[in-house]
Amino acid sequence: MTAPSSATGGLAGHLDGFVRAVREAGIPVGISQAVDAAEILTVVDLLEREQLRHGLAAVLLQRAAQRPAYDVLFDLWWPLADRPAGDPSDGDAEPGDAGPGDDDAGSTLDLPDGHGDERDLAQRMREELARLLVDGDDEALRRFARQAVDQLGRAPTSPSGQSYFGYRVMRALSPDTLVAQLLAGLLGDGGRGGLAEQVARQTVRERLAAFRAAVDAEVRRRAAAERGRERVARSAVRPLADQVDFLRAQQADLAELRRTVAPLARRLAVRLSARRRMGRVGRLDFRRTVRASLGTGGVPVVTHHRPRKVHKPELVVLCDVSGSVAGFSHFTLMLTQALREHFSGVRAFAFVDATDEVTRFFRPGADVSDAIGRIGREADVVAFDGHSDYGNALEVFADRWPSAVGPKTSLLVLGDGRTNYRQPGLPVLADLVKRARSAHWLNPEPRRLWGSGDSAADRYGEVIDMVECRNATQLADFVTTL
Amino acid sequence: MPRPPTQTPQFSSVADVSKRLATAGYLPDAQIATTVFLADRLGKPLLVEGPAGTGKTELAKALATATGSELIRLQCYEGLDEARALYEWNYKKQLLRIQAAQGSDGADWHAVHDDVFGEEFLLSRPLLTAIRRTEPTVLLIDETDKADVEVEGLLLEVLSDFQVTIPELGTVTATRRPTVVLTSNATRELSEALKRRCLYLSLDYPSAEREREIVLSRVPDLAPGLAEQLVRTIRALRALELKKSPSISETLDWAQTLLELGLDTLDETAVRSTLGVVLKHASDQDRAAAELRLN
Repeated sequence: MTAPSSATGGLAGHLDGFVRAVREAGIPVGISQAVDAAEILTVVDLLEREQLRHGLAAVLLQRAAQRPAYDVLFDLWWPLADRPAGDPSDGDAEPGDAGPGDDDAGSTLDLPDGHGDERDLAQRMREELARLLVDGDDEALRRFARQAVDQLGRAPTSPSGQSYFGYRVMRALSPDTLVAQLLAGLLGDGGRGGLAEQVARQTVRERLAAFRAAVDAEVRRRAAAERGRERVARSAVRPLADQVDFLRAQQADLAELRRTVAPLARRLAVRLSARRRMGRVGRLDFRRTVRASLGTGGVPVVTHHRPRKVHKPELVVLCDVSGSVAGFSHFTLMLTQALREHFSGVRAFAFVDATDEVTRFFRPGADVSDAIGRIGREADVVAFDGHSDYGNALEVFADRWPSAVGPKTSLLVLGDGRTNYRQPGLPVLADLVKRARSAHWLNPEPRRLWGSGDSAADRYGEVIDMVECRNATQLADFVTTL
Repeated sequence: MPRPPTQTPQFSSVADVSKRLATAGYLPDAQIATTVFLADRLGKPLLVEGPAGTGKTELAKALATATGSELIRLQCYEGLDEARALYEWNYKKQLLRIQAAQGSDGADWHAVHDDVFGEEFLLSRPLLTAIRRTEPTVLLIDETDKADVEVEGLLLEVLSDFQVTIPELGTVTATRRPTVVLTSNATRELSEALKRRCLYLSLDYPSAEREREIVLSRVPDLAPGLAEQLVRTIRALRALELKKSPSISETLDWAQTLLELGLDTLDETAVRSTLGVVLKHASDQDRAAAELRLN
């Protein structure tokens, strides 16, 4: 893979390909931004790769969540030149050799050819890695990662070409088993078990993550050189956090999702609570208006008004926590928790085939995974077999908490509407909707599946405003249209 | 569409940006320095987005100091309108002028009419002030996400053409384009149109290395070993899922506190007794105490 060619046409074409790849990764880039990107090329120092990276990011990106995907693509399109990594012994080489400009393709590495040698090499590199991780020099660590991929990540040559794998490097170096050694190195003779150890653990976690990321980036770079970057780009870029499907969210996505959901919850709470902004002014305050008019010679130029009474809103969240929507229910409880943080008038109810109030598990500051565990153990959400039964759940809800939904209440139902072919309990829901000030249902399933199989979503949709809500983007859309 | 006036760039290179911002007391990383440099070169507004306390406003202030400009600040809030952001007629004064004219006979209505819509009766608000200045100016539009969507429309007009039309006076065009910095806490998505006109800079908490440098430059009396310990502890706190992660300014407050208390190491007792400086929610403190094994 060559660096961008020196001809202007080649460079422009290269940039065009990069912009298209960025678009394909789900980051909207308009024409004017693409033009700006071309202008960036004329202003930054093209030999300074980091300048180019940050410069293009400044015009192409619009949200912080897009940055990880962008960085992966940038590394593929504007790769570091294919130069040999430094010798393990000169780990702290002069900083000047970090730039892509100083190609030094002359020297070659001595590759180990024997089996015993390889084990020996792995052992030596493992020690080197431990030393670098204790030092915490990012640049040296990145250099080491490139070298490690080159020497340990190589798969046996196959007819389709040479390939490299991150897992081979990780297996040979098994950095996770270094943790104890690293902690000892960082803590010195200091006390174990207390604050110092927790802090050191965090440092180790960060550095190991940085090493892993560096190895992955290097593997991707080599794969791109071998198979073409378009193909690698498609598989390497993870979906943006706000487009991750709730039903398929993985553990790593959840933390990211939580950050996205928190501000949305606040806005949702404000929107549902009251339209305070619509008419900010209340009744005329005659006394203040007359007083103020003295300054303008008795002409009441400015009228003063009494502040409106603040509407104390209530929000009732009713969420399905059955197994079929496990990923989604994690999200819904996350949303509930976030709503509780901002908004005291929230009551949360969870149901599987019976309903119980779970507000008490969500006091501000509580941990969501904690709350989920407690709901499973302590709340009375399962009456019979642990399969969703919307009909029974709605009936129990309307029965036990008849006053929960009133004319001041906004009702939010979260669930997929899959009833296991049981009674959907439509009249009960219709009655709740009639009593509430407003009512909405967020469904994590794609709209085309509503009403298929045991889904009663289409029938529910006739009595309540049902909205497809599969990812954070759709949630944001829902909040804005509210 | 009239092109906004061009002018000579204020920075010669990215390194120059870093150096001058550092002199102004702000240590930028490569991303910040590059983006500021480009904003200056391309003459585009700079949109800085990130969690509270990552130095967004501080960047604008340092930029003003580094370029020897005056900082004009427009603080956004819900309900901000044209009269507060752009300009307003001082109608009380206008009224007095008219009444005064009525008292003295023979005053020509036309003279009064032209008179009350003159420069003297115009109250200039931050946006107009920034456009009319002939000296170098940094216009800081702070917490743009707090303002209503309508204000964004107003900003679009001002930021793309750098001109304001006052019906009674005519169009005021910038003679010298101000450097514009918008900040946002990302509580609300700003409109695409506004983002497209800006260079986007996303600020996050700094790397351990940079934060240590910031601590040492702002609290120079702190022992380097303690600064290192402090920064690592702050990072451990940020890794917890807290309601409000400690910001850079809180790191600095903490460093100052340790210095005032004469503590030379950050152990369990020291952290427990000073945790209130960095964590300001009871639930956050409880969680930190549990996770960091302070008890």
